[in-house]
Amino acid sequence: MLLIACPWCGPRAELEFRCGGQGHLTRLTDAMEVSDAEFARYLYMRDNPKGWHYERWNHVNGCRRWFNAVRHTVTHEFHATYKPGEPKPDLPRS
Amino acid sequence: MDSKGMADAIPRLGALDHLGLAARAHGEKGAAGVRLAERRFLAKLNLRGDPNDHGFMGAVASVLDGFEPRIIPNTAVHTGRFDLLWLGPDEWLVVAADGAEAELEARLTAAVAPHGGTVTDVSESRTTIVVSGPNARDVLAKGCPLDLHPRAFAAGACAQSLVAKVGVILHRTDTAAPGEPARFELHALRSFADYLWRFLDDAGQEYGVTVMEG
Ligand SMILES: [Zn+2]
Repeated sequence: MLLIACPWCGPRAELEFRCGGQGHLTRLTDAMEVSDAEFARYLYMRDNPKGWHYERWNHVNGCRRWFNAVRHTVTHEFHATYKPGEPKPDLPRS
Repeated sequence: MDSKGMADAIPRLGALDHLGLAARAHGEKGAAGVRLAERRFLAKLNLRGDPNDHGFMGAVASVLDGFEPRIIPNTAVHTGRFDLLWLGPDEWLVVAADGAEAELEARLTAAVAPHGGTVTDVSESRTTIVVSGPNARDVLAKGCPLDLHPRAFAAGACAQSLVAKVGVILHRTDTAAPGEPARFELHALRSFADYLWRFLDDAGQEYGVTVMEG
């Protein structure tokens, strides 16, 4: 069982959480101006790294808050969890 | 018709009434390692507000016997009349006696609304199952991923988590006095209460289960 550190509740079991996909996506402010291709890229295209990944998570069976995380997609290691609005931490080397 | 009138007109049905717990309940604790009880119809209010706003915190304290909401995660305060449980960074649960909800909701709302706070009566959404006795922790450990060891989950701690996959608000209500067995209140959504009770009853068989008065 993986322990994930909710930025508010502290370390909790993995089954209290749901992954909400890639983190730090910024909503388009000029959606009416951009091309269809650019809008499609914003709406559908996501990073799919083999390695470290910035993600959004929800503590769905706990405090129900969203937060950000840096997780390794191969080892599932969590490098960091942090509150929305806090800066992106640097990625570890490996 | 006000809510009191409605309550008089329509007999209330507890979430576990069909199990006939009252007939199984007895006062003396016996040798059972696990004691189960249902506390029906407790008043429960969901409270939201900004803990950094002293006005909000003071407004809550003015209604709840001088106690401010905890800002330390996973902790609760017991004021004597109320339990005030931390649910999130701007969210708490107020638990009070059956029947207190209408007046308490009105008084709390009047106090916190000027500070942007909100109060929602959620009394009907959950019932409360009490798990106590020397093996209370053992039986909960079979279905709950929280570390309930006293070092990690002290008297007065609370948490939202899962027990047998059922979402619960778990509150340790004993005072950790010498010889006092652990006591946990599980506020569980009432549609899951039957399943949760049967899980606890079954999981507790190896320690012996006594049904107590709520
Ligand atoms: Zn949390």
